[in-house]
Amino acid sequence: MVSIPPLSVQNASVTRNGKRLLGPVDLEIMANGLTIILGPNGAGKSTLLRLMHGLEKPSGGRVRFAAPRAEAYAQQAFVFQTPVMLRRTVLGNLTYPLTLHGTKRANAEKQALIWLNSIGLAGHEHQLASALSGGERQKLALARALIRAPQLLFLDEPCANLDGASTRDIERLILEARNTGTRILMATHDLGQARRLATDVLFLNKGRITESASAESFFNSPKTPEAQAFLKGDLVL
Amino acid sequence: MLEIWQGIQAAFWLIVTFDADLYEIAARSLFVTCSAVAIAALVGLPLGAWLAVSRYRFRRFVIAMLNALMGLPPVVVGLVVYLMLSRSGPFGVMGLLFTPWAMIIAQVIILTPLIASIAHQSIRDLWAEYHDLLISLNTTRSQRIKTLLWDSRRALLTAALAGFGRGIGEVGAIMIVGGNIDHVTRVMTTAIALETSKGDFALAIGLGFVLIGLAIAVNLALHVLSGTEVRDRW
Amino acid sequence: MIRSILTAAALFASASTLAADTLKMAVTTSFHNSGLSEILLPEIQKDIGLEVQLIVVGTGQAIRLGEAGDVDAILVHSRKAEEAFLEGGFGTHRREIMYNDFVLVGPSDDPAKIAGVETAKEALTAIAVNEAPFASRGDDSGTHKMELALWNTAGIDDTKRGTSWYNEAGAGMGATLNTAAGLNAYVLTDRASWLNFGNKQSLTLLFSGDPVLFNQYAFLPVNPEMHPHVKHDLAMNLENWLTSARAAELINSYTINGETLFTFNAEQMLKAAE
Ligand SMILES: Nc1ncnc2c1ncn2[C@@H]1O[C@H](COP(=O)(O)OP(=O)(O)OP(=O)(O)O)[C@@H](O)[C@H]1O
Ligand SMILES: [Mg+2]
Repeated sequence: MVSIPPLSVQNASVTRNGKRLLGPVDLEIMANGLTIILGPNGAGKSTLLRLMHGLEKPSGGRVRFAAPRAEAYAQQAFVFQTPVMLRRTVLGNLTYPLTLHGTKRANAEKQALIWLNSIGLAGHEHQLASALSGGERQKLALARALIRAPQLLFLDEPCANLDGASTRDIERLILEARNTGTRILMATHDLGQARRLATDVLFLNKGRITESASAESFFNSPKTPEAQAFLKGDLVL
Repeated sequence: MLEIWQGIQAAFWLIVTFDADLYEIAARSLFVTCSAVAIAALVGLPLGAWLAVSRYRFRRFVIAMLNALMGLPPVVVGLVVYLMLSRSGPFGVMGLLFTPWAMIIAQVIILTPLIASIAHQSIRDLWAEYHDLLISLNTTRSQRIKTLLWDSRRALLTAALAGFGRGIGEVGAIMIVGGNIDHVTRVMTTAIALETSKGDFALAIGLGFVLIGLAIAVNLALHVLSGTEVRDRW
Repeated sequence: MIRSILTAAALFASASTLAADTLKMAVTTSFHNSGLSEILLPEIQKDIGLEVQLIVVGTGQAIRLGEAGDVDAILVHSRKAEEAFLEGGFGTHRREIMYNDFVLVGPSDDPAKIAGVETAKEALTAIAVNEAPFASRGDDSGTHKMELALWNTAGIDDTKRGTSWYNEAGAGMGATLNTAAGLNAYVLTDRASWLNFGNKQSLTLLFSGDPVLFNQYAFLPVNPEMHPHVKHDLAMNLENWLTSARAAELINSYTINGETLFTFNAEQMLKAAE
């Protein structure tokens, strides 16, 4: 195991139109585990994930990877809060990341069909992805992110809008990925889910990380008053 | 008004009697405009996509220019192409003036900004939708352009058809660089201009109806071939 | 599909090169509208195996095409412009072929009463005095230049041609006749364009026959010393045919509605270039 963290955020902030949305943030993501990012709406969870994935440019500080930059990005995947579907069939959406990297079409389709099976969308392969339900789209987006077995996976509320059974499907996929070596960072509002999956927790409020702890210590003895209030379901101001 | 009725009759008889001249100029019109559209699309579609996905200085200026060029007056294009291809011009030695190739060149210049601009507009919208995903998937710029072109192909078909519509009805440029030579460079529009100048309005309108019919036929054929506007697809 | 497209492409692209001998000649709109070219061109093809491709433009543009070397010869009717063309060294010589005449056409009720006058000068003076609507080519063509010369001989310069009645169409003969028909205006036109014109409405021929209205057509081959690519030999073949007895017969016997349009007047002996 390498000793340097695969990903570290150093004094980074994100500013838009003169308004600071995030930061400054300092953070080290260690090689193993599943980090859950919690915080009220507008706290900056999505912004933080996007910053780490390179979708937002830091206006100060920086994001560093152990691997060379291009290689690091090639081994990441992101599932957006509102899933982006390509205007293609379900199968076309799933094979897209594979064919981008030179996998033969027949091969890519074979893999895609296996994934369709495991997300319960078998039989939908020739349907347009835009015609899927919201929850089906989220499952498809997750499968599309996992199909190239990324080392680092960012999930931005992957279970919003999902029913219980679908949530369970997704959690199963997430845990499978984790067990095969994928490092996962995930934002969620579902505290039950956070308890089930997290090894570490980041608590974000008003663009700052106010608490960073192991899951056990965060849920049992939150240190900041905001986190305590948040866990009780009170309003965080 | 009488001429319009006579024009419909003229169009009918020209078609049903398989008038050889009519079929020849109609085929030449199609050849010139389809070639020009094909070349303009080959240049304009990737250009439109490239403009949509690239960040560069003077971006707004370039796009404003492109939109302005959509309104290029064909006569001016014709004149410039004439001066280029004239024996006294820089490309005179190629001997292209007064050939269908000169007409294609002029139309490519007229159609490329139009096709690129329409393509840019629809690809820009799709790019806004795809931006985060394609960046996240670590695509190269050419992969992005290819994906956007493929996934907006129906909108791009519309761009090409808009180009076809402008080209098939264009007369100012091809008259100057083609010369409207009988059996060599005469096409539907220049024939219509000629009959109008002779005061033979009925025949001119008849040819006009055939031209409209031709445009409709091409549009329908392309839509059927590409399978758009069927079932519940967008 | 692909094959038929390629066949079509070959067909259109090579149409000009397939025929053994082709020659490009710029002619004026008025000549082409006369319909004479449709009689002459097939005969030329038959007799000397030459395909003449006509570029139909105004006199000014015809001269420019010749100067640029874009055509092999020009057939026009504007003496001054032709002489300037020769002086510039753009043509080898000028050969007169035939003439036709201009006529004054106008509304059938003839408000300026030009139907009975003796000369073109009187006719134009009457139009100007009555300020009757008049449509002019206004396009610097041979016909337009002829019209301006006539106004000048009548002493009516452009300051006296008020915009209330004098309309410049800035267009070819056909378009100008369309304008005149629309405005119910007088117009100077060559006889051939008038006879072939289909949209006469209430216009009628009112005045003709004054010798100043005769319109000489001349053939000018483009100078190969200036433009080595021009087909001078073919142009000379064409000139020989155009000045032959055979051409004379075809030109003189060409009629529309029983009216003769052109009078052949080429001199049979080929004069050396001046
Ligand atoms: N493009 C933008 N321009 C301006 N402000 C933005 C932009 N995107 C996000 N913001 C602001 O940045 C702040 C953080 O947004 P972010 O999406 O990161 O919140 P979040 O924690 O993911 O919230 P949620 O739980 O609702 O998803 C919010 O106040 C939001 O309004
Ligand atoms: Mg969010």
